[in-house]
Amino acid sequence: MSGHSTYQPKTGIERWLDARLPIVRLVHDSAISYPVPRNLNYLWTFGGILAFMLVAQIITGVILAMHYTPNASMAFNSVEHIMRDVNFGWLLRYLHSNGASMFFVAVYIHIFRGLYYGSYKAPREVLWILGVIIFLLMMATAFMGYVLPWGQMSFWGATVITNLFSALPVIGETIVTFLWGGYSVDNPTLNRFFSLHFLLPFMIAGVVGLHIWALHHVGQNNPTGVEVKDVRKDTVPFTPYATIKDLFGMVCFMLVFAWFVFYQPNFMGHADNYIPANPAATPAHIVPEWYFLPFYAILRAIPDKLGGVLAMGGAIVILAFLPWLDTSKVKSMTYRPIARQFFWMFVLVCIGLGYLGAMPADEPYVTISRILTVLYFGFFAALALIGIFEKPTQLPTSIADSVLGGSGARLAHATASEPNVKG
Amino acid sequence: MAHATETTGTEPTRRDFLFLTTAAVGVVGAGSLLLPLVGQLAPDAQVVAAGAPIDLDLAPIAEGQAIKLFWRGKLIFVRNRTKKEIDEALAVNIATLRDPQTDQQRTKAGHEKYLVVYGSCTHLGCVPLGSSPGEPKGEFDGWFCPCHGSHYDSSGRIRKGPAPLNLPVPPYAFTADTKIKIG
Repeated sequence: MSGHSTYQPKTGIERWLDARLPIVRLVHDSAISYPVPRNLNYLWTFGGILAFMLVAQIITGVILAMHYTPNASMAFNSVEHIMRDVNFGWLLRYLHSNGASMFFVAVYIHIFRGLYYGSYKAPREVLWILGVIIFLLMMATAFMGYVLPWGQMSFWGATVITNLFSALPVIGETIVTFLWGGYSVDNPTLNRFFSLHFLLPFMIAGVVGLHIWALHHVGQNNPTGVEVKDVRKDTVPFTPYATIKDLFGMVCFMLVFAWFVFYQPNFMGHADNYIPANPAATPAHIVPEWYFLPFYAILRAIPDKLGGVLAMGGAIVILAFLPWLDTSKVKSMTYRPIARQFFWMFVLVCIGLGYLGAMPADEPYVTISRILTVLYFGFFAALALIGIFEKPTQLPTSIADSVLGGSGARLAHATASEPNVKG
Repeated sequence: MAHATETTGTEPTRRDFLFLTTAAVGVVGAGSLLLPLVGQLAPDAQVVAAGAPIDLDLAPIAEGQAIKLFWRGKLIFVRNRTKKEIDEALAVNIATLRDPQTDQQRTKAGHEKYLVVYGSCTHLGCVPLGSSPGEPKGEFDGWFCPCHGSHYDSSGRIRKGPAPLNLPVPPYAFTADTKIKIG
């Protein structure tokens, strides 16, 4: 999609460097002259927001690691030390813990945007699967990070999640012992989680590199789902158009982020995690962080241990198969009257599961969780069937037409085609 | 050109042999590196050493009372059961159980009033409630797991909820009438 490089080294030094390491050319081609569809809406700014959040989490995280002690008897106090004694420690920790939540807010919007506009369809299957891998790595990173303060929720969350592996037949118990490095969640577990929590963000950064590479190879999707036909009419250069739009989206997002950090820093956490870990008593009501709640509800909906674990894993893994489950050729739900209704139902089902995941494991919550779990997986089956009989509405002939519409489109066509003929 | 005729023949060449043996040695070498890389994840010598057997005096546990202790980092419940609790455990038709075990299989002959089980729910490892006074004991006079709602009876057997198995009985033996050795 990017076509030929338009980079022109101007000075001698630039020419010298370009002949040896064309790094300035790479940045120019992928962030300045790179053509983006002219009709992108603000939902497309979340990729940039996520990149910003990843960098923010790595910076605050590396600093927190300078003051944190990964030892079962000292971890809790070292986190309190960060909060009370370290200069700006409270700010850095609140940025990091709320940053994790905001990271998931952004990634869920990003995923639902991809679902609505069919961004997973050919030729973006690999781009989408890389996204699912990033999502899985994010979940692992967030889970292990939540263990580090070694409070009650940390400890029992770690116990419950590592015990998920014990559901596997034959090798399950051995895997759990190897995860723990002992016979229960203890100091060795905390140490290895700290090590992996430090490593995984850099693995995420690596997969993000592949994600962006795949994106820039196939080009961005857009709200119409119609591919770029004429680069000159359908696209605008990344800088300044997308750069400014992304920056504006980021600033708005950061306002919300800052509101949580400065006014409600513990809103998305759980009070029980300010009680030091106690292996002899489980908190009366244990819940994971909010961003895991829908999957936790699916886990609890299945009245069988292995079945629950498989359903929970399947709820994430099924996303990777979406490019082949959805049988419709039309990408954007804007032009799919039936699938669009199912999409909004799916959004409600996910929110409903999130609510149920936070409720106790009693009736009527268990029965409703079962219904919503069936509906969750039903959405993917529905996409496979709807594509066969659904009649999509009229697609615009091009991105430019969709933006300028009716007479404007003809006008733009006439004026834009002139330089085309000459050039 | 000599090489070209060598490799296009149907007979395996010396070069094929060298490729195969080099690859085989490489695979064995890389594979053997997995042993230390994965093996270090297992419980270390200190953790294993801390798992030596421990002695416990049951005399101070009053009837109807339960205590908690740790062995190998795992929580263990020791309960001195009341007559009613024992009768309830014996009255169950084991054919109806998810993990069929008689009460006799879960206690030591002559010491039926003492029940020793791991205090970790077989679902996802939470600590079931019911050992301390005032805690809910579930619908079967045993333990209730608050995390996902599993009910265990007065023999520590799973009766209701998502847990697949009974609370396991750790290895232990009576060394005297009211003394046990766990491990």
